[in-house]
Amino acid sequence: MTDSEVTIDRMLAPYSDNVKKNRKKHLVVKNEAAGCCPQIEANTRTIPGIITQRGCAYAGCKGVVVGPIKDMITITHGPVGCGYYTWGARRNKARADDTTPKDKIYSQLCFTTDMQEPDIVFGGEKKLAKMIDEVVEMFHPRAINICATCPIGLIGDDLNAVAKAAQERHGIQVLAYNCEGYKGVSQSAGHHIANNNIMEKIIGTGSERKPGKHIINILGEFNIGGDGWEVERILTEIGYTVNCVMTGDSSYMDIRNLHLADLNLVQCHRSFNYIAEMMQTKYGTPWLKVNFIGLESTNHALRQIARCFGDENLEKQTEIIIERETARILPVLEQYRKVCTGKTAFILQGGSRAHHYQHLLGDLGVKVVVAGYEFAHRDDYEGRQVIPTIKSDTDSKNIPELHLSPDPVMYRDAHAHLKVSKEEYETLKKEIPLSYYEGMYPHMNDGGIMIDDCNHHEFEDLMADVKPDLVFAGVRDKYISHKLGVASKQLHAYDYSGPFAGYNGALIFARDVAHALLTPSWKMIIPPWEQGKTSGSEPHA
Amino acid sequence: MLECLPEGAVEHTVGKINPAKTCQPIGAMYAALGIHRCLPHSHGSQGCSAYHRMHLARHFRDPVLASTSSFTEGASVFGGLANLKASVKNVFAIYQPDIIAVHTTCLSETIGDDISNIIRQCEIPEGKYVIHANTPSYYGSHVTGFSNMCKAMVSYLAQSDGTTKKEQMNVLPGFVNPGDMREIRRIVDLLSVKLILFPDTSDVLDSPLTGKYEMYPEGGATIDEIRDSGNSELTLALGAFASNDTADLLQEKCGVTGIPLKLPIGLKATDAFIMAIHDWFGVEVPKSLTVERGQVVDTLIDTNFHYQGKTVAIFGDPDHVLAMTEFVITMGMIPKYVLTGTPGKQFEDEIRKMLEKAGITGSRVKVDGDLFELHQWIREEKVDLLIGTTYGKYIARAEDIPLVRFGFPILDRAVHPLMPVVGYRGCLRLIEQISNALLERQDRDALDEDYELVM
Repeated sequence: MTDSEVTIDRMLAPYSDNVKKNRKKHLVVKNEAAGCCPQIEANTRTIPGIITQRGCAYAGCKGVVVGPIKDMITITHGPVGCGYYTWGARRNKARADDTTPKDKIYSQLCFTTDMQEPDIVFGGEKKLAKMIDEVVEMFHPRAINICATCPIGLIGDDLNAVAKAAQERHGIQVLAYNCEGYKGVSQSAGHHIANNNIMEKIIGTGSERKPGKHIINILGEFNIGGDGWEVERILTEIGYTVNCVMTGDSSYMDIRNLHLADLNLVQCHRSFNYIAEMMQTKYGTPWLKVNFIGLESTNHALRQIARCFGDENLEKQTEIIIERETARILPVLEQYRKVCTGKTAFILQGGSRAHHYQHLLGDLGVKVVVAGYEFAHRDDYEGRQVIPTIKSDTDSKNIPELHLSPDPVMYRDAHAHLKVSKEEYETLKKEIPLSYYEGMYPHMNDGGIMIDDCNHHEFEDLMADVKPDLVFAGVRDKYISHKLGVASKQLHAYDYSGPFAGYNGALIFARDVAHALLTPSWKMIIPPWEQGKTSGSEPHA
Repeated sequence: MLECLPEGAVEHTVGKINPAKTCQPIGAMYAALGIHRCLPHSHGSQGCSAYHRMHLARHFRDPVLASTSSFTEGASVFGGLANLKASVKNVFAIYQPDIIAVHTTCLSETIGDDISNIIRQCEIPEGKYVIHANTPSYYGSHVTGFSNMCKAMVSYLAQSDGTTKKEQMNVLPGFVNPGDMREIRRIVDLLSVKLILFPDTSDVLDSPLTGKYEMYPEGGATIDEIRDSGNSELTLALGAFASNDTADLLQEKCGVTGIPLKLPIGLKATDAFIMAIHDWFGVEVPKSLTVERGQVVDTLIDTNFHYQGKTVAIFGDPDHVLAMTEFVITMGMIPKYVLTGTPGKQFEDEIRKMLEKAGITGSRVKVDGDLFELHQWIREEKVDLLIGTTYGKYIARAEDIPLVRFGFPILDRAVHPLMPVVGYRGCLRLIEQISNALLERQDRDALDEDYELVM
């Protein structure tokens, strides 16, 4: 048995047989020699009572995907809490731009029907309809989203009917999302529900292609801490026109034109692979998985994007920017690398971030020893080739799949989107993993533990056993790590810093991590009157 | 900022825009954390527990642990019995609390799970407890949820051993920070009265960094203490919305006399708190507290020109807003707008009484309101100062009004959970914050020639 396998066995020991059997399947140890990734269980139910970090379908739909659309008013239909907790909570920044003036941005407001007991008993449709009317009258939004919370499905409010009627009354799109919190097994279900609706109802309704030679969308980039703006800065400078960053700082107006772009870049695979795939089917738009987290990975992504278009000037300009930015960043990064190198880390987060940040941490010489997602699917760990083998279960069957076919008018072959010949495209496909994601496993360090839906017991146990120097997790684990004397950074909220993406982001991240490690108070934990006494375990920071 | 807001009069009659409250379960979760070795359990889908833990961790900057029944669509259709039974079994086996405090959600309430009945069917290890509170999210607010969990503590745990009461007092501290609970204990200790404080989140959500992690930190009211609360002579219920129902239940169930008081925030409310103890137990108020009080009066007199006559908008949880309104009136300020998101008509009545007594007219008072409405009022007629939660920061920026952060939640500033606003020391802190906010503004806006060294 390897050390990691011993660690896992010890960690699972307190579980009952059933829980042990279940959780064992969510754990994989990276074995370089064995080659491909063993099967990991993911996107299945969390055992009741287990302290999971997972959220719900509403969180994935409203909180993650549709909430950030800046020029749509999103009304949460339900009791007050769900809307309240997604108000300003996720740092998806937005600002005015060419298509959206300041007075059409609603990102800093929270709209909820605040259902009361009589609404639960007698239905809340009328209340919702009235709220839509008042909101339209007051704010004149371009379009409206309505997101369902748990009780809605149970009491039978027909959101689609309310939305349809309101749409007819007001002459603007009103979209209903049946993203009740209990659907699926995590946020992931909500991503899918949101993707379906946006694909079906918004994308393709516009007809204005932005000016520029190469138009791209960035899917699954939420502009946390301004990540999207940094990526856009780089891409624009190379010569691309970024049509839309989905959904960070996105606008309804730009999403309508999503199909007019030449290429979809996918940053967060988990939350946006659906639209990427569906757009490929319906419009023929090719998609490329990218990762703008990390210096090397940003350079790699930029080279691959340029290669897609077979445009020499673009490739040349890409190399110029890479050279300039790398030269600018590296010396500073090196200073922080001295602090970080040789440290070990856990990343327990998200459905893509646990992979993305391994690149950036690699740039800094930090070794990731435990990594896991909260709400990913097998393909996020093992690669998309496993998708046909994933068995659907009762929970996943509850999420509708859209079965689209090529649009009779707007479909164009992928090579036509990229403005290359069919033959060039075939060659390109061999070089560049278009429409593919290899998952996290290939980038895990040998002997590293890959863990799905890591729960509180496992986190506490792994911390005690593996003793990392750094923990990258959410706010719920951050302070536990601190109590243990281990530095921790949030990788969703970035500890209110950012951007972490692109070149500037790499620098800010490196600085933040170095500061977290170096902050002088780590050395002050033991009071002077207790120093020299040996009692219990010493903090290891 | 907020350029999208409508100009002029609007019709906003349904729903909330920028709510000034959240839902019951988070209050229940917070209260449950004030029981020693308790794991709160959210009976609903995972998102509730995830959001509440996130929100509390952001306010307190400390670990917040809670388990969930992890409802799926199946459980939502067939009921949550199996999920709760499995939860109880797993939680005791894996996380080993002494007590699980279950609260419901809008999901389990809508499907009508009978929690008492389910708990009776659970495997509960010898010497361990499972209690529950019904906390439907579509009724009341997070303060109601806090109150309901406090009630559950009494209904499940408090016992009276006979008619003779012990010379001890219960204090229900209300939905306040651990720093406040710690300060309440300090004051009562100074008065030399034996205290049962529950819930008590001090040493739970303000625990020290030692290099060791304790899932159940040292703090929290013990089960034995809560049980013994039934034998106390007296209960002081601080904050009507958070504590009165629990005091009433203690009176009804165990015959403990309950006295309803305001949260001891501000001079008058702190006086009332101390006088209630003084009167009941006949204890002398020690010189140290008399000195603390004198320092507050001294500071108020010395600084009155910083804030006297300024208009203020106060919003937040009803118990906090009631006490703060009383205090700003004591300070000579004018509460122009007073708003809480929590429903409850008595709030409006009490505020109006205070205003009337102070001879203040033309103020607007609202229960079950939202911050969009407060913002509309402010756009009609501005105030000098905002006092309320972090969510007031958008109004503060849009209208260029200083904001004193007060109450729950404060997500964008630190240290506040450790620093009391209750008691006389709390008075000094509030005077300092209010005074500083106004002086900073005066400094910022002053012309060079008016920029003063001494103020």
